[in-house]
Amino acid sequence: MATPTLTNAPTLAQRARNIRRNALLMGEVQGQGYIAQALDIADVLAVAYFHAMRFRAEDPVWEGRDRFLLSNGHYAIALYAALIEAGIIPEAELETYGFDESRLPMSGMASYTPGMEMSGGSLGLGLGIAVGMALGLKRKNSAARIFTLFSDGELDEGSKWEAIMSAAHHKLDNIIAIVDVNNQQADGPSKQMLGFEPLVDKLEAFGWFVQRVDGNDLDAVVGAFDAATAHAEPKPRIIVADTLMGKGVPFLEQREKNHFIRVEPHEWQLALSALNAGDQP
Amino acid sequence: MKSAGSTPSAKPRLTTSAMIASIAAEGQRTKPAPFGHALVELARSRGDVVGMTADLGKYTDLHIFAQAFPDRYYQMGMAEQLLFAAASGLAAEGFMPFATTYAVFASRRAYDFIHQTIAEEDRNVKIACALPGLTSGYGPSHQAAEDLALFRAMPNMTVIDPCDAHEIEQVVPAIAAHRGPVYMRLLRGQVPLVLDEYNYRFELGKAALLRDGSDVLVISSGIMTMRALEAAQALSDDRIGAAVLHVPTIKPLDTEAILREAGKPGRLVVVAENHTVIGGLGEAVATLLMRSGVHPAFRQIGLPDEFLAAGALPSLHDRYGISTAEVKRQIKDWLR
Repeated sequence: MATPTLTNAPTLAQRARNIRRNALLMGEVQGQGYIAQALDIADVLAVAYFHAMRFRAEDPVWEGRDRFLLSNGHYAIALYAALIEAGIIPEAELETYGFDESRLPMSGMASYTPGMEMSGGSLGLGLGIAVGMALGLKRKNSAARIFTLFSDGELDEGSKWEAIMSAAHHKLDNIIAIVDVNNQQADGPSKQMLGFEPLVDKLEAFGWFVQRVDGNDLDAVVGAFDAATAHAEPKPRIIVADTLMGKGVPFLEQREKNHFIRVEPHEWQLALSALNAGDQP
Repeated sequence: MKSAGSTPSAKPRLTTSAMIASIAAEGQRTKPAPFGHALVELARSRGDVVGMTADLGKYTDLHIFAQAFPDRYYQMGMAEQLLFAAASGLAAEGFMPFATTYAVFASRRAYDFIHQTIAEEDRNVKIACALPGLTSGYGPSHQAAEDLALFRAMPNMTVIDPCDAHEIEQVVPAIAAHRGPVYMRLLRGQVPLVLDEYNYRFELGKAALLRDGSDVLVISSGIMTMRALEAAQALSDDRIGAAVLHVPTIKPLDTEAILREAGKPGRLVVVAENHTVIGGLGEAVATLLMRSGVHPAFRQIGLPDEFLAAGALPSLHDRYGISTAEVKRQIKDWLR
């Protein structure tokens, strides 16, 4: 939808691979980070930016753009990787990641980075902002939509449920939320911290149009975004995306306690190689 | 009030009356819902103004706006975290939300949401909160003794503590003309009318000397300016000259006016505020004076660092030293 289909345009699989590569290169700059999350959400971001969303790379504040709210600010490394792939951030800035004066701080902040629409870090803020933006877009009779990504851990926050109720109450069909269910938060597996299942039933009962897909299956994610866009009921839409931490780099997929990972210097090249190897047919 | 149950006495027993007891004294001139009417007036000329509340429209006078502009009014339900995050979202889309609730809920429950989604992002949201300081006898759940300290400490935030109806109706267009987040304390319902007799105009960031006097300088904000003016009048009967410097903008502080007045020799300086003595106008003024090498004799009138009692407002204001009679008594004692 966003990009005209050109015969030589990169495929979504290539986009996702490039997002993973950008994230790994930024991770290497700092030697650590929320790399496993970036790898798990790369497919969803590839579909969001290169299939579902309308935006102009040269004008990140274009009034007609679809807004992307990164509620889980620690996924900034993933969003930067996508914004670089989308041409909103120059690739050369990649090596400034996390350094003083960089536009790419560890946690996403609206005041720092083109294409970053909110300041995250404190979890549970994004969907409430999305409600206000969606109300504002409707006031302006704008056809733009709000895409907002949050993590399964954020479901622990009461504010999330205030916003879930509110979006349905106000019939905000211009919100497409994505919850990344990677079942990992700071202290351990999300479902052991504060159980949130059955999530689809809960969200449907709260008045949302809900789809649950394998968030690392590009075709399934494309189908979910298409269905969310085409859905006729005046309901907010949410895609529950089950993902695998570290996806695409087998030795990271298998690493335990991978909420915030340290990767040894020699491992970054191994990770990039593993990514490239996985890309071969 | 705590002794009321022990022995029946001839003294009339004051009741808590309501969560939102009027702060107007008997016979005092008042004006109804100055915030609501001023917001309607503003919204007539500014199409970007929207009103938002968390189940306290009627109790923050926002219902006046809701009646005039029903399609520009957002009832968000009793969800303050949502209220402020959504206000940020509406501001991001170019609107100017006036978001209302009680001061306790904005400052204590939703602090992080205001800090991160409004102040950090420098969104053009105006937060107007009823029941500031000790203006409810309902108990600590509704007594916002620390709201000014919390919002003073927040970067980008402008903080206003208006005195009366006359001032509130001027604050509304003034903060709309200022681009950026604002926290204003709100008096609602029948609001005392005082400053119209002082040829006073509110100016953002400016203090105003409402009365001069040679023995004591009272620096005050909010309803304590009203109390200070009454106390000054009473003190003049005892041949004590009291000046009153009204400082409605708590942040940014009018340092020039404060230093000018506090620097005049021979006067006791008293800061009077409807707020805990921690972190409010009193400490802001004290720090300014210390920093600037101005060292007058200095006293604070304010709420103590404790959970305040429930009860009737007049008796609570006496008990905690912020009634007119207590302001006068303390100043006389200090000057003795």
